[in-house]
Amino acid sequence: MAAGDLITSAANTWCPGCGNFAIEHALKDILGEMIAAGTPAEEIVLVTGIGCHGKMADYLGVNSFYAIHGRTIPVATGIKIANPDLTVLCCAGDGDCYGEGLEHLLFAAKRNVDITLLVHDNRVYGLTTGQYTPTSPLGFPGRSTPQGTPEYPLNPVELMIAAGATYVARGYTRRLPQLRELIRDALRHRGFSFLEVFQICATFYNQTAYYDEHACDLDPGEFPTADAARALRVAREWDYSRESRIPLGALYETTYPTYEERLAEHRAGTRDPVAVIQRLFAERT
Amino acid sequence: MPVEEFSVLIGGRAGEGINKASAVLNHLMAKLGRYVYMYYDYPSLIRGGHNFAIVRSADQPIRTHRDRVDVVLALNQETVRLHAGRLSASGVVVYDSSSVKEADGIAIPLDQILKEEKAPAITRNSGLIGAFCRVAGVPWAVVDEVFREEIPAHAEVNLRVARRAYDAAEERFQVEATDRPPLPVLTGNEAIALGLVRGGLETYIAYPMTPTSNVLHFLAEFAERSALTVVHPESEIAVILMALGAAYAGKRTAVGTSGGGFCLMTETLSLAGMAELPAVIVLGQRPGPSTGLPTYSCQTELLFARHAGQGEFPRLIVAPADVDEAYLWSARALDLAWRFQVPAILLVDKTLCEGGYSASFDPAVEVVEPPAPTEEPGEGPYLRYRLTPDGVSPMRTVPSPGAVIKVNSYEHDEAGITIEDAALSTAMQEKRRRKGEALARALEEYATVAVYGPPEARVGVVSWGSTVGAVREAAAGMPVRVVQPVVLEPFPAEAFRAAVAGLDRLVVVEQNWTGQLEQLMRLHGVGADARVQRYDGRPFTVDDLVARLAEVV
Ligand SMILES: Cc1ncc(C[n+]2csc(CCOP(=O)(O)OP(=O)(O)O)c2C)c(N)n1
Ligand SMILES: [Mg+2]
Repeated sequence: MAAGDLITSAANTWCPGCGNFAIEHALKDILGEMIAAGTPAEEIVLVTGIGCHGKMADYLGVNSFYAIHGRTIPVATGIKIANPDLTVLCCAGDGDCYGEGLEHLLFAAKRNVDITLLVHDNRVYGLTTGQYTPTSPLGFPGRSTPQGTPEYPLNPVELMIAAGATYVARGYTRRLPQLRELIRDALRHRGFSFLEVFQICATFYNQTAYYDEHACDLDPGEFPTADAARALRVAREWDYSRESRIPLGALYETTYPTYEERLAEHRAGTRDPVAVIQRLFAERT
Repeated sequence: MPVEEFSVLIGGRAGEGINKASAVLNHLMAKLGRYVYMYYDYPSLIRGGHNFAIVRSADQPIRTHRDRVDVVLALNQETVRLHAGRLSASGVVVYDSSSVKEADGIAIPLDQILKEEKAPAITRNSGLIGAFCRVAGVPWAVVDEVFREEIPAHAEVNLRVARRAYDAAEERFQVEATDRPPLPVLTGNEAIALGLVRGGLETYIAYPMTPTSNVLHFLAEFAERSALTVVHPESEIAVILMALGAAYAGKRTAVGTSGGGFCLMTETLSLAGMAELPAVIVLGQRPGPSTGLPTYSCQTELLFARHAGQGEFPRLIVAPADVDEAYLWSARALDLAWRFQVPAILLVDKTLCEGGYSASFDPAVEVVEPPAPTEEPGEGPYLRYRLTPDGVSPMRTVPSPGAVIKVNSYEHDEAGITIEDAALSTAMQEKRRRKGEALARALEEYATVAVYGPPEARVGVVSWGSTVGAVREAAAGMPVRVVQPVVLEPFPAEAFRAAVAGLDRLVVVEQNWTGQLEQLMRLHGVGADARVQRYDGRPFTVDDLVARLAEVV
């Protein structure tokens, strides 16, 4: 594919009305802006999981690592360890990174690795045709839980603030101007950026009416805050199950040395393998 | 009594520094220009329990230990109880008389010596080593030199204690010095680590697991000298995924684990196969199933390593037998993994990983350097999975100006975009198959099957990995040919058949009960007539094998 085309010629197979289209176009525009502003296109890397969200790797004309289910973050971390200058964006699913690969999410936050994680939270397994995920509400009648899921959902925003993410935000695909701002901010932030995006699954969980009715904006004068306790209070307003307003926007942002910076502090020595091995031999004889 | 071959066993409770003591003994024997092999036996716990090491030395290369030892160094009564029976006819127990109450031999009153020298408890081992050196006829100047090199920060106090014990003991043997320059004694883990460094390793990622944890520890320290990045992440799943991420971004990366961790890596191993991303996996075998005997040895993962991961894809599996092969093949595994964009598995075991061996290799040994990124023939955009005659696509890594590099776990087209088309799927499967064939052809350049023994032999003994060391030595007095496939996948069938040509009878020696190498041989049309197996976690000793081979050869 020719470098420079940010949308590939791959045939798009998302369902009509899928929230992923809005994310795709926002990403295309924002990555285009970054390139226009001087970021070399080859220094942008997209890592995706497996699920409907993962198709972003096929559709966006940038470097991409279409990984396996639940595992975007360790791949992205490896890329960052190898080359801290790269801009690394993960597009993950809610089943993908809150279920299958949850441990990596916690560790990305704990390490403050400088990657941006965009979670396509449709609160359902789209690609495997409609089972509940860790953010589906209590009682969600998915295909594996026709009588309703017996589990309470996880609140990832709360979890991420607690685990040490240094940028935590929530957006919604039908609030596009705000979503674009959040994506820009998340990519700009140095450290682990967590951006949860509510998108509807047109086929298996169409929550458009609910989100439209309940979404509300955080006061931009007050948020993002670097006060984790305040951010947590807002994060807990909605528990993903009860009826409540849903605060959107950047909740939390703070600065902290990144994982790669700390790792690089320990890197020293020479790149002459034979010489270092010979020196060791001399010490051992 | 002058001796050419000599073994000393040092034993005590876990936590008493047996490992360090054996390193000092290794170094002493190496200093005398002798070849060394060290066996280290310890339970999976930190304090208490019984640890022992056997340091065997000879004036010829050795790769295993014997049941018999000439000296037992006993830090506690249990060592005498467990090991006095191993003593050779002229053997002697040297013991700490402060803690050992019942023993025949040379008593060293370590409590008293330590008290008088105002020395800390940890110098107790130095006392026994000092006494040992006198018993073995090691000149004091050598002892002095080795202590200063091994314990530079606390040499004086250790030497005072060692000297007192040296004077309290008496000479029983004259362990002969040779005029060969001393060879360093390395563990298999160290040789693997150094081989990877030689091969251009830039990143090492691992989650601790015996028996390969010491590759991680060694490289984490070595990183200060060699510009390595060493990372210990949350799990083996993260380990191997990070490695593929790093490879995608251009870093030569290796990982290390044992069977349990490798189980967790298998989904990503398959990703490496599909995405054509290279990685080297150091797989140290230990007895299973499950947690098994964590600190003991076996050869049970050959077929697992060969089949791990869903789908069909080429991979390299290499099983070195000693530190020389470990160094060479670790470097080569990196090279081949990167040239053919395949996962490579260094299949080793606890015996090799944690055993000590005199290293005769030259650190500067030739390894093929990574080829510069090939520019594609002709025009057009970069295609990560360009279909080529040998199946190997030019590999570029991010960032690469002008190229969009897409790797994909789904079946994909040349550009890396997901496809489901039947014809293109076939083409891609066949591309990967051709790549495996190209790898097999490249391996023909190397000695993938080692052969030892007289040409007129009519009986062959086939073995692999660390077991080969014991087999070679046990077979030395027998009219047999020892055959060792070093590369196990792609199986060097032609070289193997040539190696066993003319033999009337084949015996396979391996540390498992399902006969994994034997099964692999059968797959390539070579059957076995007898088998010698062991699966108690302990490596074959020379004596053990001499007896068992005599029954079947
Ligand atoms: C190890 C593994 N388990 C299961 C699957 C099957 N699978 C593919 S996508 C998916 C769920 C996708 O849900 P989500 O991550 O929310 O993505 P979405 O399709 O909703 O975007 C599952 C279970 C898989 N590919 N790999
Ligand atoms: Mg989903």
